[in-house]
Amino acid sequence: MDISWRLQEQVQDASAAQRPLRIRAGATKSFYGRPVDADAELDLREHTGIVDYQPAELYVTVRAGTRLQELQEILAEQGQMLAFEPPGHGEDATIGGVVACGFSGPARPYAGAVRDHLLGVRILDGRGQNLHFGGHVMKNVAGYDLSRLMVGAQGTLGVLLELSLKVLPVPLRHLTFVQERLTAAAIREMNQWVAQPVPLSASAYVGGQLYLRFSAPESALAGLRARVGGDLLAPDEATQFWGQLRDQRLSFFAAGLPVWRLAVPPSTSPFLEEFPQLMEWGGGLRWLRSDADAEQIRAQTAERNGHAILYRAPANLQPFPPLPDALRALHARVKQAMDPRHILNPGRLYTDL
Amino acid sequence: MRVEELIYTQAQQDFLRALAAALPSERVRLGRESLQPYECDGLSVLCELPLCVVLPQDREEVQTILRLCQRFQVAVVPRGAGTGLSGGARPVAGAVLLSLARMNRVLSIDPENRTARVQPGVRNLAISEAARPHGFYYAPDPSSQIACSIGGNVAENSGGVHCLKYGLTVHNVLALEVLTADGEILHLGGLAPDLPGYDLLALFIGSEGLLGIVVEVTVRLLPVPENTIVLLAAFASVCTAADAVSAIIAAGVIPAGLEMMDRLAIQAAEDFVHAGYPRDAAAILLCELDGGEAELGQRVEQVEGILRDQGADSIRIARDPDTRALLWKGRKAAFPAVGRMAPDYYCMDGTIPRCRLAEVLEQIEKWSAEYGLAVANVFHAGDGNLHPLILYDANLPGQIAAAESFGQRILALCVEVGGSITGEHGVGVEKLDSMCVQFSAAELETMHRIKAAFDPDGRLNPGKAVPTLHRCAELGAMHVHAGALPFPELERF
Repeated sequence: MDISWRLQEQVQDASAAQRPLRIRAGATKSFYGRPVDADAELDLREHTGIVDYQPAELYVTVRAGTRLQELQEILAEQGQMLAFEPPGHGEDATIGGVVACGFSGPARPYAGAVRDHLLGVRILDGRGQNLHFGGHVMKNVAGYDLSRLMVGAQGTLGVLLELSLKVLPVPLRHLTFVQERLTAAAIREMNQWVAQPVPLSASAYVGGQLYLRFSAPESALAGLRARVGGDLLAPDEATQFWGQLRDQRLSFFAAGLPVWRLAVPPSTSPFLEEFPQLMEWGGGLRWLRSDADAEQIRAQTAERNGHAILYRAPANLQPFPPLPDALRALHARVKQAMDPRHILNPGRLYTDL
Repeated sequence: MRVEELIYTQAQQDFLRALAAALPSERVRLGRESLQPYECDGLSVLCELPLCVVLPQDREEVQTILRLCQRFQVAVVPRGAGTGLSGGARPVAGAVLLSLARMNRVLSIDPENRTARVQPGVRNLAISEAARPHGFYYAPDPSSQIACSIGGNVAENSGGVHCLKYGLTVHNVLALEVLTADGEILHLGGLAPDLPGYDLLALFIGSEGLLGIVVEVTVRLLPVPENTIVLLAAFASVCTAADAVSAIIAAGVIPAGLEMMDRLAIQAAEDFVHAGYPRDAAAILLCELDGGEAELGQRVEQVEGILRDQGADSIRIARDPDTRALLWKGRKAAFPAVGRMAPDYYCMDGTIPRCRLAEVLEQIEKWSAEYGLAVANVFHAGDGNLHPLILYDANLPGQIAAAESFGQRILALCVEVGGSITGEHGVGVEKLDSMCVQFSAAELETMHRIKAAFDPDGRLNPGKAVPTLHRCAELGAMHVHAGALPFPELERF
């Protein structure tokens, strides 16, 4: 159902009254980010449905409140998928929430991130204007790329109404190999495999085991069995493993302590090894369970040209690392340009945005 | 020969003196003869002399220049290799032309993280050449890759023949070091994935030099594919060729490149480089597939089957590097080849949904007859990026205007069928009017606000990329959204 008129009125009213709005759909990712400083809610759960889907053109345009699972089922019927393998945070998770949070799954380093698959958006800005940027063609350089700017902005620059996303054919076959490795060797090997022209589509290091997934037609995978080595996971087992990793349902994520999401250049040597870790994205993403001092974790990550996000923690008041001064000022000016009265999810990303 | 002296205002003289004092003398070019080589970019019908040309050699020199420009409130037009086709690097009268061409060093290759750190003036192809010993290459390959610079690619978000599978510049640049209009350094992006905060890197790429000056680029490198095969298929009509493109994609194949040329483009290319294209075909498709040997064998068979089913008259398969290079040479030389057929040509750059190709080409053909101007079409068919080349003669009265009018109608048609006025060449000065067709007043206003967030004085590449609302209102060719009168806030004359 298209409720964009109703949403637009609500934003316009909120803008006139300078009354901040907490934007929500499935509310499956409310643990992520700072608490929003707003009493009123803008609910996108009814703003659902496929606006346009052209399998042969490789795109889908969908309303932001559409549930991710529903969208994925519709694409699967045509043998297609969202290649960035979005994590599902439960049945109620919506495609709008995935894009707003900028969450990509295990395929991210090999197939691209959410933003790489976003072709266009329709949004409401903080003035309540209905704006359209980008489109549904693969190439479009008319004007500034305001659509990709929305990815990861967590609704602070605009309310996502519609998203045009690139879709791709589902690979015919997957092979997942498991090998026992020490951490440093696992990092090295993940980076060696991606430097080869092989169809690597996911990599992870969990509990001393290195997991490598290759996805391609059968003919392309045949030679890999001998070349990679290690144990070959049964297809069901492999699907289950990558699904649980993608949706953060592996036991690692359930063990209670604050969960950190460290992003570093992929070949970075192991660090903070005194804490339990789970590695993805060829070493570029390292999940960490630790209640150590936040400053210490952030400093050690920053030393390695990375950043540490406090992903899941009780009373998470500073999930994101502080921005350098010049960038912070620029963020504030961009926010001012899009939402001058600070009514869209104020404080969710940073206190002043 | 004595050249006419240029006249400077007092303020301009003060600025030029300060510039000369701050930089080694060979960095600054003055005088009509020195400025003329910079009077236009690849869009050569629009010329203008800048106040001066500066050629800094490092970031510090760029910073010095930008700070002086801020102090004297002088505008700055950045320029890479000057190969852009939309006038993005056209000088602005009274503004400094900032050439990044001398900042042309590959700073480092990081084989472990598969990245290259380069200065903005490095040529696109030079990155792949530097990466090759490590078994890597840089994927985006615009046709001008032997000349165009990576800084210019960032400004335009350049594509190329392989972007269907490997993406545009925005998908292959990991980090930028940029200077703002007042000379402040910003680091956007990084080697670590998914930075917190806004994706200003994505916003910056394709911003046509309006948001900042790129002084360093870190690109992602890819392993060179094991094998590559190019198929050349000839068709008796453009429509069947277009259907074949859709059939290949619908079968779940994502080729590395998928290009189409029509009869006039085929003949021009064949006369120019003798690639062995079938001269009697109404359209040809070039389809590049890459991958491991076993996979490739199967893919080639599959695509060959599709092409035959779709009515291809002949299919050639190039497996060795020389034949592949020859087949691509015709395509990559299509623009200059067409350039030999008429005194001038006007290169358009619209994108359309692939399924509308046949009707768009039909309409272009009708207009071609109406205007009396021939059109050759080359088409990045895989991703819907159309390059109609309108042939004309600037020396015949009225032909420039006719070509421009024809071109604008093509772009308006691209928007009408659900596409865009530019796929990879950018708006520059050339497509300002067409921007009024694609965007509403509120959308354009938002872009101006974003610009002001980066460059409050509006001194970087002024007058480019985003038209003023007045320009759109006066043009009258405006975007009507949801039945509302566009630009209601402006008076009508």
